[in-house]
Amino acid sequence: MSTLTLALMDAPYEAAASTTAFRIIAAALEKGINVNVFAYEGAVSLTVRDQAPHANPVKGTTVAEEDHPTTKDLVGALVELGRTDPKLTWVNCGLCVDERGAGNVIDGVKRGSPADFLEMAKAASATIVIPTR
Amino acid sequence: MHTYVLIESRDPFESAEANFVADVATSLRERGRAVTVFFVQNGVLAVRPGARGSRVPRLLHAGVEVLADDFSLRERGIEAAEMSPAVREAPIGALVDLVMRPGTKTIWH
Repeated sequence: MSTLTLALMDAPYEAAASTTAFRIIAAALEKGINVNVFAYEGAVSLTVRDQAPHANPVKGTTVAEEDHPTTKDLVGALVELGRTDPKLTWVNCGLCVDERGAGNVIDGVKRGSPADFLEMAKAASATIVIPTR
Repeated sequence: MHTYVLIESRDPFESAEANFVADVATSLRERGRAVTVFFVQNGVLAVRPGARGSRVPRLLHAGVEVLADDFSLRERGIEAAEMSPAVREAPIGALVDLVMRPGTKTIWH
């Protein structure tokens, strides 16, 4: 089975590239392609479990009315989609996690190092690196 | 021989860096390589025929396949009739298919 590897670097809620990356991952999994993700720098915070949706006091709307999506829920849905076959493997850079205190992550996310990205890229059919600007 | 997919996510009006994809794509075409440019996010602003200074005509003239992400177009209210005729609207799955072709190198910009 073919495998696609992605490197992500953008922190959550900052760049449209995160949404595009999620769409690429979902499309690949739906096509039966295994996906490896290496989250580097600010991207390790995409999976932080402590994220919470919020109300909007300016507009007077509640949490439910805002229905604010969190990146940890979006990644969680992808992890569920890629739980078995095809498989999504999501690895956070450990040093980046420690710097940011971002170690409390959702289930299905592993801790690793840039060496994991090297192995992912070597084993993959294709690799996309999505850098910050 | 490799084929190339260049993903252009940057706003064409934001900086001169928007020349990067056009320069690389046309150089590859001059060397006989097959090239696809996939516009996504604010990059799709370049596919409107009225976009002043757009590099899209240069890409098309060089024989580059030019695709634009349907989701990004919808987000920005750009309809198919507002795109350059030679540019094709494509879903993100089409990008995955292109990237996964054997012998393909992909660059995100």
